[in-house]
Amino acid sequence: MSSTDYAALVKQDRVHTALYKDAAIFEEEMERIFKNTWVWVGHESELPGANTFKKSFVGNQPVIVTRDKAGEIRTLLNRCRHRAASVCEKKKGKQSVFVCPYHGWSYDIDGGLRKVPYADGYPEGLDREEFGLIKLRTEVYQGMIFATFKEDIEPLVEFLGPARKWMDLFMKQGAGFGVKVLGEHKFRFPGNWKIQLENTTDAYHFPIVHKTFLDSLDAETENIFDVIGSGGWVEDLGHGHSVMVMIPDLIDLDENLDAPIPDRFAELAEELRAEGHDEDAVRKIVRAVGGTGFNLNLFPNVACSMAFFRVLRPVGVAETEIQHVAIGMGDARTTPSPAGNRARLRLHEHFQGPMGFGTPDDAEGWERVQRGARAGDDLWIMLNRGSEAPEGRPQPGHNAGDASSEVGMRAAYQQWKRMMTA
Amino acid sequence: MSTATMTETAISLDEATRFIWAEADMLDRLDYKPWLPLWTRDGCYTIPVEHETQDFENQLNVAHDDEEMRQARVKRLLSGFSMSAAPPARTVRTVSRFVVTGEGEGRIDLRAAMVLVEYKYERTRVLAADVTYRLVREEGAIKLDRKVVRLANCDDYLHGIGYLL
Repeated sequence: MSSTDYAALVKQDRVHTALYKDAAIFEEEMERIFKNTWVWVGHESELPGANTFKKSFVGNQPVIVTRDKAGEIRTLLNRCRHRAASVCEKKKGKQSVFVCPYHGWSYDIDGGLRKVPYADGYPEGLDREEFGLIKLRTEVYQGMIFATFKEDIEPLVEFLGPARKWMDLFMKQGAGFGVKVLGEHKFRFPGNWKIQLENTTDAYHFPIVHKTFLDSLDAETENIFDVIGSGGWVEDLGHGHSVMVMIPDLIDLDENLDAPIPDRFAELAEELRAEGHDEDAVRKIVRAVGGTGFNLNLFPNVACSMAFFRVLRPVGVAETEIQHVAIGMGDARTTPSPAGNRARLRLHEHFQGPMGFGTPDDAEGWERVQRGARAGDDLWIMLNRGSEAPEGRPQPGHNAGDASSEVGMRAAYQQWKRMMTA
Repeated sequence: MSTATMTETAISLDEATRFIWAEADMLDRLDYKPWLPLWTRDGCYTIPVEHETQDFENQLNVAHDDEEMRQARVKRLLSGFSMSAAPPARTVRTVSRFVVTGEGEGRIDLRAAMVLVEYKYERTRVLAADVTYRLVREEGAIKLDRKVVRLANCDDYLHGIGYLL
């Protein structure tokens, strides 16, 4: 147990740089935050049928997320109960049994211990019930799977609270076909996880850091991405969650379906018609292709960011892994529009990933924060930016500021403080 | 077409090797402007995420560039406004272990090994890749028609890459 006074490190409008560089604080975060809340582990579409699985993490602990024959989703610690070897090193796949390669203990997809070689070597007998893979409590909302070590935590829907409204809106980019994972970019940056956590609802950096991305767009699209001057806002949704609305016109993708199809999507619209979609479906898909006009940050490790999921994984006090999960239209059984999903993949590649027009510059910025945080022992990270929210936009009673405000970061750090001092 | 013309239009391994080395040298020197006209009009520059895939269109890639995207990418990297590329990392790459996998009139397909060392901010990193090339002869000049860079760790975590592979 650390004797650090965590409360003193987080003020209303600033946080201490020790939060980025103190290894002892990082270890406490893994215990007090990542083992005490709902943590994103995957999306349902990554488990497309019976006996499918994917590897993931809860904090820095490796897990396997599985779907059994009956469709139940579980999160299992990826370690054999015998001598702790990992039982799965495939990223994802389909199989009904995990066999530990070290001594051959085998486990069912639901985590139950199936067989132990030479079991008569345990003269006192081995209670199989006792040695299944350790299960974490797992719940799903809108296809997003969350797991937790904390058995007595509130239900996921309560933890999400007002964020659920935004998750519902976010999933409309499935254009009525549902949302599925199309692939992911993974990259690491040498910096603390909270530097990335701050970034998702930080519109202030966008025109500066992403100038070269904006320059690569046509004039019409560039205008849409004027994220600071478009009447957007940032809103504290409780529990450390926040939403940043960048393009108010794209909050609800079911609205404005009668608007003319923008020129840049004319070719796609033709392809969709050729695929056999009627005019209503074409308009719906075209409107959904670029994603929603907001970023939703769910404390502590996942964001629904315009057209993709952004997942962070703390690796060390100054090392963080990020997944940018590309999503498209369609559930496990359907491919509603190959052309629509191709368009989404190309848009994802344009901004995201290790060589996208946006991601490397974000990563460089985050690394610079970590490097700069070495300078000085008693320096603070300023989070005091924020003017009034546009009239009538946020939920009454919510704490909100304009699109460039730092409301989202303040929300996250207050949750950090609550959890670290609980 | 006479045999003599055929001989003229074919691309030899020696020509292909010189071309690929010249391209590698260009990229290490960040000489991106003359890199653009090395490509055919329909040329495709791909860095996949999935190691075994051939279906680049319907899968996620690190990059999957047509001519327009290559131009935009070069403009971005040379603009001076990309934090990750200004200042750029220094890179030194070698391309070797050439194997000819196909030949046709005015066309050669090869695969090769690339090892790239990157240096920036007190840190040296290594990237290894299998690269496949399709080179074609257009009006006498050799051009890049396909280049697929399969990073050894493409489906694992990477880092921000502020230069061309």
